[in-house]
Amino acid sequence: MMKPTPLAQTLAQKLIARAAGLPSVLPGDIVNCKVDLAMFHDSSGPRRLKPMLDELGAQIWDKSRVVLVMDHYVPERDDESRKIVRIARDWAREQDLPHVYDSQGICHVVVAQHGHIRPGMFCVGGDSHSPTGGAFGAYMFGIGSTEMLGVVVTGEIWLRVPQTLQMNWRGKLKKGVTAKDMMLHMVGRFGMNGGQYQAVEFSGPAVMALSMQERMTLSNMSAELGAQVGLIAPDEVTAAWLQAAGAPTQDMSDWHTDEGAALTRYEFDASELSPFVAAPHSPANAEAVGRFTGIPVDVAYIGACTGAKLDDLRAAAEVLRGQRVAAGVRLMVAPASQKDQREAQDEGVLQVLLDAGAELFPTACGACAGYGETMGDNTTVISSTARNFKGRMGSPSAQVYLASPYTVAASALRGVITDPREVLA
Amino acid sequence: MTQTLNGHRVWKLGADIDTDVLAPGHAMKYSVDKIATYCLESLRPGFASEVRPGDVIVAGPNFGIGSSREQAAAVLVKLGVVAVVAPSFSGLYFRNAFNVGLLLLSCPDADVLQEGEQISLDTQDLALVSSQGVRLACEPIPEFLLDMARSGGLMNQLRIRFGKAPVK
Repeated sequence: MMKPTPLAQTLAQKLIARAAGLPSVLPGDIVNCKVDLAMFHDSSGPRRLKPMLDELGAQIWDKSRVVLVMDHYVPERDDESRKIVRIARDWAREQDLPHVYDSQGICHVVVAQHGHIRPGMFCVGGDSHSPTGGAFGAYMFGIGSTEMLGVVVTGEIWLRVPQTLQMNWRGKLKKGVTAKDMMLHMVGRFGMNGGQYQAVEFSGPAVMALSMQERMTLSNMSAELGAQVGLIAPDEVTAAWLQAAGAPTQDMSDWHTDEGAALTRYEFDASELSPFVAAPHSPANAEAVGRFTGIPVDVAYIGACTGAKLDDLRAAAEVLRGQRVAAGVRLMVAPASQKDQREAQDEGVLQVLLDAGAELFPTACGACAGYGETMGDNTTVISSTARNFKGRMGSPSAQVYLASPYTVAASALRGVITDPREVLA
Repeated sequence: MTQTLNGHRVWKLGADIDTDVLAPGHAMKYSVDKIATYCLESLRPGFASEVRPGDVIVAGPNFGIGSSREQAAAVLVKLGVVAVVAPSFSGLYFRNAFNVGLLLLSCPDADVLQEGEQISLDTQDLALVSSQGVRLACEPIPEFLLDMARSGGLMNQLRIRFGKAPVK
């Protein structure tokens, strides 16, 4: 008698099946999943969850599975932000939460640095860039506060099993071309809802050659593709990161898409990719940098979970080493976390940026989401962040271009949007 | 319970309406009541003061792209908008809307509806009827989500589950 062939499944299907306690799942199935980790921040978290929990008289299902990060309204600038952060701090103390990171950096980066997100896990985050966790081979997606309340009191969440859209990158990125450029290229091609809330999986030699932080940039901007998650199968790069983060070692061998699994595959050649820039006011307005070179910029912003991790700061420093930004250009640098800032300092990367004229801002969400020091009227900005919606970073008349840290730094140097390959050559 | 609701005035918006224009970042530190006064300020100044309870929004594709901030849906509930009709929605916004009790209807032909037109909603069979009497079918929605919207959102369902009275 022939043994039945086991069903070939995508990574997304395997992760969901495990969380749902089922042998397998099919795209379209609606299932209930047990949540391994719930992450939220000062804006989406306690200020909204606490009143609802109090009203219900309900308790957190499992405090060891909750991570709270204060990153949106820190440092506090006015009475409202003081109140929001105070609620978070008081609640963390009152609940005796074991995992709280206050003013340590941006949530998506901080949870990864502390080894909270591991292959095979099923996680939710109270923030749209939560797909960042997919870089570790975990199923992680963003939800709103009321839905987070549901998770916090039940430990479960419903899900419609997605199709998988596999973005397969062959070849090798050229010098000065990054994960951010890959992502802007994909968002330009598919649009901001091109992911149709399905599972995107990044694969191929050019993806597996990326550092962990660069992989996080890819997964992070799956949000801009409109995907629910942005997965990358774990490998030795993932294992090395997790080991350094103090996470327990684990068997990762099952967390990949099976040969023959049903999916839609798109092919890309990394060797042919140019630096990409997205014009105001959508990440989908993305084209090769050549289309925009020469546009004068007032502000060059290196910040956010998307674009101010150590690797991003290193890229900017590579361009700016021994040089100064163009007269009249303001270079703003807000490292993604304290750890990234500390390491950049130890390596001398931070000093390079400061010597080039950079102003250093707190390791928080800051201007990316319209907090902290925001962009003024009619300012033209080139930014390493993820979103350039009208008014998001401040004034609705600000013109925000999105690009990689290389391109942002090169544009700061010349005072006009510049192909970083000209400067790196 | 009557399923067909008549006389909903249409506000017509374009494609790619993002969360940050519905609930602007500068106002996010306030309560939903106050954020609502800034809803669509940079796109349709006056919307928040002129919208009336019972109105519907008819938008282009990709409504709600962007942030996870559910205030982008809650402000519409607060302002009395009973439904948003569009050819497609951000998946994250879709979840948030039902969680806060806002009905979203995916309707490929929504664009035929006109600004200011009075339409009817069939919330049982999920369809719209234009002022000309043209019936536009909407895509199916799982029953548990329709129940959630009818209950006024997930919080009301949790109130019942935890033995509290739902809030209308």
